[in-house]
Amino acid sequence: MVYLYQSILTPLKSSVEHETDECCGFLFGAEIGENRIISMIMKAENDALDRRRTFRISPKNYLAAENFATWNNLQLIGIYHSHPNSPAVPSELDRIAAQPYFSYVILSVMNKKVEAIRSWHLNSQFQLEEEPLFVLNINKDVYGYRNHPNPAA
Amino acid sequence: MATVIIPTPLRRFTNNAARLTVEANSVLEMIQCLVKDFPDLKKHLLDANGKVPSFINIFVDDDDIRNLQQEQTVVKENATVSIVPAIAGGAPSTKA
Repeated sequence: MVYLYQSILTPLKSSVEHETDECCGFLFGAEIGENRIISMIMKAENDALDRRRTFRISPKNYLAAENFATWNNLQLIGIYHSHPNSPAVPSELDRIAAQPYFSYVILSVMNKKVEAIRSWHLNSQFQLEEEPLFVLNINKDVYGYRNHPNPAA
Repeated sequence: MATVIIPTPLRRFTNNAARLTVEANSVLEMIQCLVKDFPDLKKHLLDANGKVPSFINIFVDDDDIRNLQQEQTVVKENATVSIVPAIAGGAPSTKA
């Protein structure tokens, strides 16, 4: 399961909202047994030619993220990117480029607002499979983001 | 001996080693050495034609092997070889 600290939910959403291009970045945190806890995000430059519909992170920026994780005793947990005006479901392009181990968090942005956040990982059949994503709040309240997007609800 | 930097996604196949040292004269030899020790790496580093897949970049020191001699690129002693996964994707309507 993937847990996202509530404290990074706002920066994560802010990093993709109000953008017409796809946005992307890195997810850092820790892995404890089967669980992954995302405690930090880092927005990356979208290096794709068609940024409206695709994203690409340069090898140089990828290596910088690996080094950042090592130097800060963090784990590079995965990648996030937005789908402007599209659902938070991986495309064939997402699947082809997906790497083992990583969690791929996709944010659906409708009318410049985040409508859904879902996480996916590559399974042994090289298909992207959804993994449960929860928001972890410092008051020990854990809730599924998809089912209860509003913690006050 | 050259040093090979293993990216996070592939460390599960190298017993979590982030750096390995390999005795090899070319990138292909380096991959073959890695695959010999860690067979599960093969499907991620070589395609059916024995080439590096398009979604994997390999740098010898700071140079992309696609701008050099591809898999035949020379690996000098004390070189640092970085395996870098391609990070890319797109929204569903980009389907080919």
